[in-house]
Amino acid sequence: MDLNFSAEELAFRDEVRAFIEANYPKHLKGKVLREDLSKEDFLAWHKILGKKGWSAPAWPVEYGGTGWTATQRYIWLEENARGETIPPLPFGVSMVGPVIYTFGTPEQKQRFLPGILSGDVWWAQGYSEPGAGSDLASLKTRAVREGDHYIVNGQKTWTTLGQHADWGFFLVRTDTNAKQQEGISFLLIDMKSPGVTVRPIKLLDGGYEVNDVFLENVKVPVDQRIYEENKGWTCAKFLLAHERAGIAGVARSKRNVERLKSIAKAEIGDDGKPLIEDEDFQRKLSQLEIDLSALEMTELRVLARESAGKGPGPESSLLKIKGTEIQQRLTELTLEAVGNYAQPYPRGLGSNEFPVGPDYAGAAAPIYFNWRKASIYGGSNEIQRNIIAKMVLGL
Amino acid sequence: MNFDYTDEQNMLRDSIAKWAAGQYDFDKRRAALASEDAWKTNWATFAELGLLAAPLPEEFGGLGGGAIDISVVTEEFGKALVVEPYVPTVVLGGGALNYAGSAAQKEEHLNAIAAGERIIAFAQAEPKSRWTLHDVSTTAKKDGAGYVLNGHKAVILGAPQADHLLVSARTAGGQRDAKGISLFLVPKNAHGISTRDYPTMDGSRAAEVYFENVSVGAANLIGDADNALALIERIVDEANAAYNHEAVGCMRMMTSSTQEYAKQRKQFGKAIAEFQVIQHRLVDMFMASEESYSMALRATIKLSESDAERAKAVSAAKVSIGQHGRFVGQAAVQIHGGMGVTDEMRVGHYFKRVTMIDATFGNVDTHLKRYTALGAKAA
Repeated sequence: MDLNFSAEELAFRDEVRAFIEANYPKHLKGKVLREDLSKEDFLAWHKILGKKGWSAPAWPVEYGGTGWTATQRYIWLEENARGETIPPLPFGVSMVGPVIYTFGTPEQKQRFLPGILSGDVWWAQGYSEPGAGSDLASLKTRAVREGDHYIVNGQKTWTTLGQHADWGFFLVRTDTNAKQQEGISFLLIDMKSPGVTVRPIKLLDGGYEVNDVFLENVKVPVDQRIYEENKGWTCAKFLLAHERAGIAGVARSKRNVERLKSIAKAEIGDDGKPLIEDEDFQRKLSQLEIDLSALEMTELRVLARESAGKGPGPESSLLKIKGTEIQQRLTELTLEAVGNYAQPYPRGLGSNEFPVGPDYAGAAAPIYFNWRKASIYGGSNEIQRNIIAKMVLGL
Repeated sequence: MNFDYTDEQNMLRDSIAKWAAGQYDFDKRRAALASEDAWKTNWATFAELGLLAAPLPEEFGGLGGGAIDISVVTEEFGKALVVEPYVPTVVLGGGALNYAGSAAQKEEHLNAIAAGERIIAFAQAEPKSRWTLHDVSTTAKKDGAGYVLNGHKAVILGAPQADHLLVSARTAGGQRDAKGISLFLVPKNAHGISTRDYPTMDGSRAAEVYFENVSVGAANLIGDADNALALIERIVDEANAAYNHEAVGCMRMMTSSTQEYAKQRKQFGKAIAEFQVIQHRLVDMFMASEESYSMALRATIKLSESDAERAKAVSAAKVSIGQHGRFVGQAAVQIHGGMGVTDEMRVGHYFKRVTMIDATFGNVDTHLKRYTALGAKAA
């Protein structure tokens, strides 16, 4: 066993670091609030990586992956966090892409994978419904087969950044008589199809990040169904495990710890000394770093298992729970660090008018509020504990 | 011992609840937040209902009540998510005048507060002072019979609506000296005062306030020169006591509305309130709300005791309520699931309000330190 990088791995790190420094768009550096980003901003880095062949490192090489080892992928994430890049959105690269190359036909792979790699096609997720959140399998959106297409009716919700989407992947019910999980199919739907309406939902942080998606007599060709009819739950489960594996966000959290330290150096604590010298604050910061180390080491163990061909299993639920808890604690501690300058709220001002107070202060409260979503999305942390109880502990 | 509210206090509570149900429901409040001067109508109602006069002395237009009356008002305000600057005007402004103002100052300003014709904001915090009350860089230099003020005050709650500012300024000593701080009550339209107004995280309004060679007379000084810190500590403790009750009002609403939601929301074929993990969380929220109320009440009752006892009780409550408020807010959002993070649900707005209160006049860490320091002194 060895935790150090090899000479080759160090060389790889230097190569990646140099590439990011040379190619990451300067005007996007340090933009942290999602709501401040345009569609072009989100896609800028993805498109650069697409040209380089680095947009989907985890994919098999035959479909456009890089063939990097787990360690190289870890280094890649670290360096992107270090460079504060806006990573390719997960909906295409991490979610629907793996479903398509795992379950799709050769024609489907050829048709959809290139757009995901290049960043030319923006994907959105149509999973949750108003009545089907944690209990996803109770979904009601109905797809009725009519010759060579389906007619889809229903409502999806919490579709992240769906307002920009070109295509969406949807779970729909194709058999109402079968057991819940056995009557679901996985459909790809062109968001420009007649009958698709996207309505942004205002969140408590004041931004618009998720959407309702209404489907009214939407005609979807049968060749846009992935895998067999009524076998969509297999794709869904596969995708959810993938989504959780990336959800720990260790590299980003490490970067945010560094960001927090620099804030604490600039802020004055209660006793008139820099906050970074305040013992209460130091203890909280140390505790966070220790917990983050535990998460990182656990993630590395899971990655090693995965590269040994064992695939992400139910233990990825652990990464989701611990990863999101740490992300949320980081937002809390950042909020505390900025003191009373957490109170002015940028959402009420034009973006040109900010900041009031230090430039790092304005985003602290909206990010704190916004990240409450993390313990809810991708299967709430309560559901993740159920999964561990059942699948790992056999309870 | 007696934990009963008086008939008058119960009537006060009912009158606010009635007003809020009719005139300050979620949609009307939202519209008021988006408008420049809808708050003026609400403020006039506060005067009519006697909320502004409640704690002020009868000889100056008040109703002669006290801290309990204030706590009744702010707890109801918490439930209704009222954002108008009640505490800055009545508790901080009214308190400073009541305890240290001259007869002439009281006559002029307390009557006006009670009538709804005077709004005061407490221009105390500065960009680098955090929540340290004796960290004052703004200067008031003696100039003949009067003073000249210079400095920058940060995140002053209620300043956009205010017509007068209660300003802490240094008349002697160094930046963090306890001695040498004075209080002035200054019209906001005085020459040399400029403000930058903005909304805060909870939909209230605040401002950065800049003083550039602002000339004030000796008549603007509240209490003795150089010795205002004890008065500031007292009125800020009273403000925190009032905000604590507001947080309790928010917590009670989050607790009850989350229970309701959990009973109605069905997943896996049953109400989520039937799952034990949800039940236990709801019980923890309930316990946190009850303890918060206990601590808020304890501090409010002890406001009239010695400076040290008062300060310890308020800091203890602020710690408890800061922690409980965060827990209740986060749990309320979590149990509401995706709906909890939307702007359309009330629960998120209560969560934002308790977060705002925690960051007002010292958060949990600040007050844990203060409590510890006071304990060490007493021992």
